[in-house]
Amino acid sequence: MDAKSYMNQSSPGVNLVIYRILIYGALLFWAFLCLFPIYWTITTSFKTAVSVTQGHLIPWFDFTPKWIGFRSLGLSPETIFQISTVREEFLKRFFNSVITSVSASVLAVMLGSLAAYGLSRFQYKLGFVKNSDISFFFLSQMILPPVVLALPFLVLYRELALLDSTIGLIMLYALMVLPIVIWIMRDQFSTIPIELEEAGLVDGLNVWGVFMRIVLPISFPGMVAAFILCLVLSWNEYFFAALLTSADAKTLPVMVASQTGSQGINWWSMAALSTAAIAPLAIIGVFLESYIVKGLSTGAVK
Amino acid sequence: MTTTYIITDNVPAQQKTLGRVIIFIATILLVALFLIQILHKTNTITLGFENWRPTLYAYLLWSIALCWGILLIKGDRGQRALFVLPAFLFTIAMVIFPLIFSVYISLHDWNLSAFEGQKFNGLDNFRALLVDEYYWNSMLNMVYYLVAILFEYAIAFGLALLLNSQIVARKFFRVVFLMPLMLSPVAVSWMLGKSLMEYRFGPAANLARHLGWESPAFFSSPEIARFSIMVLDAWTFIPFMMIMLLAGLQALPREVLEASKVDGASGWQSFKEIVFPLMLPVSVTAVVIRIIFKLKLADVIINVTSGGPGGATDSVTSFIFREYRDRSNVGYGTMMAVVYLIIIIILMTLMLKLIDRWMQKVT
Repeated sequence: MDAKSYMNQSSPGVNLVIYRILIYGALLFWAFLCLFPIYWTITTSFKTAVSVTQGHLIPWFDFTPKWIGFRSLGLSPETIFQISTVREEFLKRFFNSVITSVSASVLAVMLGSLAAYGLSRFQYKLGFVKNSDISFFFLSQMILPPVVLALPFLVLYRELALLDSTIGLIMLYALMVLPIVIWIMRDQFSTIPIELEEAGLVDGLNVWGVFMRIVLPISFPGMVAAFILCLVLSWNEYFFAALLTSADAKTLPVMVASQTGSQGINWWSMAALSTAAIAPLAIIGVFLESYIVKGLSTGAVK
Repeated sequence: MTTTYIITDNVPAQQKTLGRVIIFIATILLVALFLIQILHKTNTITLGFENWRPTLYAYLLWSIALCWGILLIKGDRGQRALFVLPAFLFTIAMVIFPLIFSVYISLHDWNLSAFEGQKFNGLDNFRALLVDEYYWNSMLNMVYYLVAILFEYAIAFGLALLLNSQIVARKFFRVVFLMPLMLSPVAVSWMLGKSLMEYRFGPAANLARHLGWESPAFFSSPEIARFSIMVLDAWTFIPFMMIMLLAGLQALPREVLEASKVDGASGWQSFKEIVFPLMLPVSVTAVVIRIIFKLKLADVIINVTSGGPGGATDSVTSFIFREYRDRSNVGYGTMMAVVYLIIIIILMTLMLKLIDRWMQKVT
């Protein structure tokens, strides 16, 4: 720590300035590391082969941006109104991803919130199984690596005629994110003062009425946080999608992966595809960042 | 935390009977359908369905009947059980059953692309696994990848400290730092692995040439390739630990920090003596969760190096993925996965126990 050694010698003013420079230097350096790959990908989708091979970086300054990448996807201004099979393929994968990730997140948040509420409020007893055991049962799913389930599911889904179906994928993704929802929501519910709910019971509501009318509105932000975290995880999921889908239910990450192999120098179209694949979550990341932080911070602070 | 609601157990006997009848009928239906399907599949009877889908519907129906029946039988108690029951039934169906099934698969010689179907071969898969160099090599790689978490943790802690200091535009930096976490690993493998670090034209390779590395091949020698994969994975997941640690820092009691400043402790001292010990519980949580995520590492490896060169970057998951994709060898692949799971469970249990004991000693 260089800043510290100055502390004893020089005047506090100079020391502070150097300290500030170090901090902002580090911050800007890391911000550059985070943003440059994204910048690179977006600009590369506008580069011709020459610009790519010469390592041009700044649009208009050392290369003229062209709609070359998005044209290959059928999404550039000239091609957007024309018929394009690539665009159809892309849009199909895109909406597969949207449907799969949103449905899985909704399902997981519904099931998970209910379970988390039950576990944080009531005492269950079934033989020797108690609340802590049920909680452990749910949360322990988190350490289950996907690869353990992948092959059995491949065989099972084949028997159930669920292979290459969106429903099958939705159920798997919901399963995958369920422990995270329960973890976040249990934390959320335990911050709600119990008196509110008791007041509701006195007013003649039953436990479900209390949950729907009183608890749900209060814990809604927490649910949004859980939902967005689920969305991120299931939108980006590749492993199960690669194994269990082929033609119909294929999601965007699988499409991106299948294109990476044999493109040679055709970087602009890969860049455009990557840009389109990361754009939805990047936008969510910018606008709903506080929810993501809220979701991730769960359990960090007790 | 629980409340003592007044439980009114005034369910009429008639309603209880109805509930029992509903559950009974649904159970009979499920069991009957299951048996018919088994007999049909083993060609004992012709009656039955083409696939197992109807059995799935029967399970769904049975779950609904069970919830309804419990509601009828138990009254108020049933209403409470109904909170946990759906998630429970869902998880049972989606985890416990496939897990049992996976043990069954792993004891078979089962190749999906072969015509003869499955053949029981006992522990042959396990014996093959014990001498499979590539499997244990990927296991060793997992150890390297796990060790990398320590460095990720150090960087994440540093970033959290930066974000927690007195800075302008904190929100901006937080959004930017979080960004890599939002990107799909598959896109990241192209963006970073296949274009930025590309040997001929990638800016990272060009930069490395400028800095004096003559042939910046990030993925051709085993050590460097493994390191590059670590970097790619770290780039995506450092924000994850950073946010948790930041939340921990923000929850630290202000007075303690102020007091340490008054005592004249220098920055480093106050960090070492006060901040770090106070942050231990958060750090442990962050690292444990990071380990859990790291054990699933595969997407980047599958897409950037396919495990190469010579298996130097393979994680267990990516290795099993290729075993299936290239050879359709479900039986052997599942055995490897089951062994992986058992190792994980043993190590995680040990680790959590040790951490528990250690934390009690420290605090």
